[in-house]
Amino acid sequence: MATDKYQYQEDLTAIRSMMERSSRFISLSGLSGVAAGLIALIGGLWALYLLQKEGRNYLTGSAMPYSTAFLWQLLIIALVILILAITAAAYFTMRKSRRSGLKIWTAATRQLLLNLFVPLSIGGICCLGLLYQGQMQLLAPATLIFYGLALINASKYTFQEIYYLGILEACLGLISCFLIGYGLIFWIIGFGGLHIIYGILMQRKYR
Amino acid sequence: MINIQSLNKEFESRVRLGIMSILMVRDWVEFRELKELLEITDGNLASHANALEKNSYIEVKKEFIGKKPRTTYKVTTLGKKAFTDHLAQLEKLMRQS
Repeated sequence: MATDKYQYQEDLTAIRSMMERSSRFISLSGLSGVAAGLIALIGGLWALYLLQKEGRNYLTGSAMPYSTAFLWQLLIIALVILILAITAAAYFTMRKSRRSGLKIWTAATRQLLLNLFVPLSIGGICCLGLLYQGQMQLLAPATLIFYGLALINASKYTFQEIYYLGILEACLGLISCFLIGYGLIFWIIGFGGLHIIYGILMQRKYR
Repeated sequence: MINIQSLNKEFESRVRLGIMSILMVRDWVEFRELKELLEITDGNLASHANALEKNSYIEVKKEFIGKKPRTTYKVTTLGKKAFTDHLAQLEKLMRQS
């Protein structure tokens, strides 16, 4: 009987792991979160420094005539952060996937990316609209909210923890809607701090 | 007393359990992907898939993409029920013993 019991236990374990492996993307590395968070933190602090140097208190509710050159500078910083963060996240996740001998490009991966990038793209275009209308003060809340929603949407195809990360990001975005002057601070907490904390927790849990 | 007879004989093989587990959580899965996920040979997968199809637990679709044949599988309602029952039995046996 004992061997039977062992056999059933093995069966159940095999079933569970096969269901996980075939439907969820489980190579997402905690280090990806830490790396992306650190890059966002450094980038955000840099932007804060530039704004201080320019003599502006970031995003008080009033209309602010930024010089076009300065605006471009900020946009380029944002773009560089985005590219570096995605590259770093992809690197650590691919490394983890290789080490554990899992396929990286599976149906689960495609589902994850699709469900992440559809809401994210909508949010991105919305932010370009805000920028076009000169609503700079709404950029930080909007990016946080859309990013949070994208994570909530994509969490079905990866770790459950991503869902809670999404909720937290969206909540930060909502709070910053009402505290307009502190947008960049919220942005640094959301994209920097939360990612780093999340990454460390995940790294400890799933190592 | 444990009633081993209550376990579905069709699911005795680990490969069949594997095929069913994957199809339970996914729609239409290709032969090639099943093979890679289960890490088994073509022949092994084909024979177990055939057995499951014979029991109407899974549905098979064969088609040509250009000149390449492609086989995809999907679990049937009957198969879903049989597998869920099997899992419930396994869990019951685990609790008893």
